[in-house]
Amino acid sequence: MSALVEHDYSRISLQQRLARRGFDGVTLLALPAVVFLLAVFVYPFIYGLALSFMPKAGGFFANYQTFFSDPYLYNTIATTLWLALPVTLISIAMALPIAFRVRLMRRQRLLTTILVLPVTLGTVLVAQGLLNYLGPQGWFSRTLLLFHIIDAPLKLTNNYWGVFASLIITGFPFTFLLTLSYVSGIDPALEQAAATHGANSWQRFRFVFWPLLVPGLAIAFCLSFVQAYAVFPSAILLGAPAGPTRVISIAAYQAAFEQYDYSMASAIAMIMAAVQLVIVVAILGLRNLFYRGSTAGGKG
Amino acid sequence: MIRDTSVGAKLWITAIWVVVGFFVLNLLAMIATVLLSSFSTRWLGTWLPVGLTTKWYGTAWREFQLAQVLIVTFQIVFTVVVLSGVLGVTAAYAMARREFWGKRVLMLLFLLPLLVPPITYGIPLATVLYQSGTGGTFWGVVLANLVPTVPFVILVMIPFIEQIDPKVEAAARVFGAGTFRLFIHVLLPMLIPGILASLLLVLVRTVAMFELTFLTAGPSSQTLVVALYYSVFASGVRAVQSIDAMAVIYMVTTLVWLLLALRFVNPTQIVGRARTAPAPQS
Repeated sequence: MSALVEHDYSRISLQQRLARRGFDGVTLLALPAVVFLLAVFVYPFIYGLALSFMPKAGGFFANYQTFFSDPYLYNTIATTLWLALPVTLISIAMALPIAFRVRLMRRQRLLTTILVLPVTLGTVLVAQGLLNYLGPQGWFSRTLLLFHIIDAPLKLTNNYWGVFASLIITGFPFTFLLTLSYVSGIDPALEQAAATHGANSWQRFRFVFWPLLVPGLAIAFCLSFVQAYAVFPSAILLGAPAGPTRVISIAAYQAAFEQYDYSMASAIAMIMAAVQLVIVVAILGLRNLFYRGSTAGGKG
Repeated sequence: MIRDTSVGAKLWITAIWVVVGFFVLNLLAMIATVLLSSFSTRWLGTWLPVGLTTKWYGTAWREFQLAQVLIVTFQIVFTVVVLSGVLGVTAAYAMARREFWGKRVLMLLFLLPLLVPPITYGIPLATVLYQSGTGGTFWGVVLANLVPTVPFVILVMIPFIEQIDPKVEAAARVFGAGTFRLFIHVLLPMLIPGILASLLLVLVRTVAMFELTFLTAGPSSQTLVVALYYSVFASGVRAVQSIDAMAVIYMVTTLVWLLLALRFVNPTQIVGRARTAPAPQS
């Protein structure tokens, strides 16, 4: 009897000790999602990393050696960056001033709804639309011809510019909507205070908004960049997948589903993840050089 | 609002609206091209098609077996919505109500699938799924699509749950409700707006999710967007109008849910995550 009571005490105390650290029945509700993500997200990633070191032929690093010695493979990094970086920079540069105007609008809903269209429709539909619209007989070239801006139809599909346009069409609204949420998060009282003290619009932007916006913009830049970097369907449908727009995701896809070399495909996917990580860490590192803190007004 | 009335400021504002106008114009013209082309008898080298017809919809419906594809699409999407709702809401509840050791690590685990683009983790994931035999099947596609949607539901729901007063739950507990009854009779009714909003967003995102479905789908588990990709990829085999008709059918299936979703959420939330989470409708 006494043993049973003792046993009971120790059980309760263990439960209480766990509860004091925040582990009880409610915390366990997170378990299914955690187990799921460990199994379907973390495990494949680790498995892929391990698989990439087990090449079909050659030593431990054979896949990586192949990748970095074959220009057809390692050039895909430069090709992808050459698409993703300009698109991201242009999207941010356009999104920022536009977000500053739109924040003053009372009825933003129509514009934001129109802009959310390409994000929702996705890259495949945009690629098909642009194939029609930017093609040699499409309305875009036709309009330019009509106004004698150009003499012959522009070649805008099946090359770099086609993919570039599709990335802007889906990427800019994404960047803009993110930027808008950051810009509208800044208390307008801060700007009014600066204006009362005689700051002109450039000074208000440079010395009030800019320092507060940098952290948010860095996040927006990273998310937009990562999206553009992973360009896949439009690079095939709208670009020249054998040449100028052979991006790294195409190389990974071909290794996996055309050569059935899952080890090489995993290696390319890991290189892809590593390049993204390097850029994201660099941007976030730069962000830390700036002010971080409250964007709300008030005393303090 | 501060008004700047100098000439430079006015020029700058005009320039901004010109850029916005140019972008929106091109976007709408692109969508209009697809729409018009799908209804045209013949459209080559002119501003407008020669004549209008609806026959391409019948052609596309038969040629691409759209009835079958649509059924599969909705089966996959609704399974994903239900499962991500169950997994996501329960986990969000734990994350919102408890402070525990390792919570930051879990938060990172929930954030990563949203930050890493699908194609990067999709390739190792597809490898694992094919080796376990689920690749190419219905459940393989569902599993792959759940990877970004479960964290999405969690991140949208956490602020929603946090703003419900814990005293309400404490009161239910005092009156003897167990965790399950508390969930069904007290929490669920209060959380319905948030759950509805997040699940509609999941629905919109899953209908349009190309990469993960493309990497894991077999011939019988293709969704509409993957079928559209294959038809564009093989363009030349079929008439352009037929592909455009399919594109319009895809657009309609996506936009119906988008319009429904926009009744409950702000457009910025479709791209945003936890930071721009919904202001609870109370």
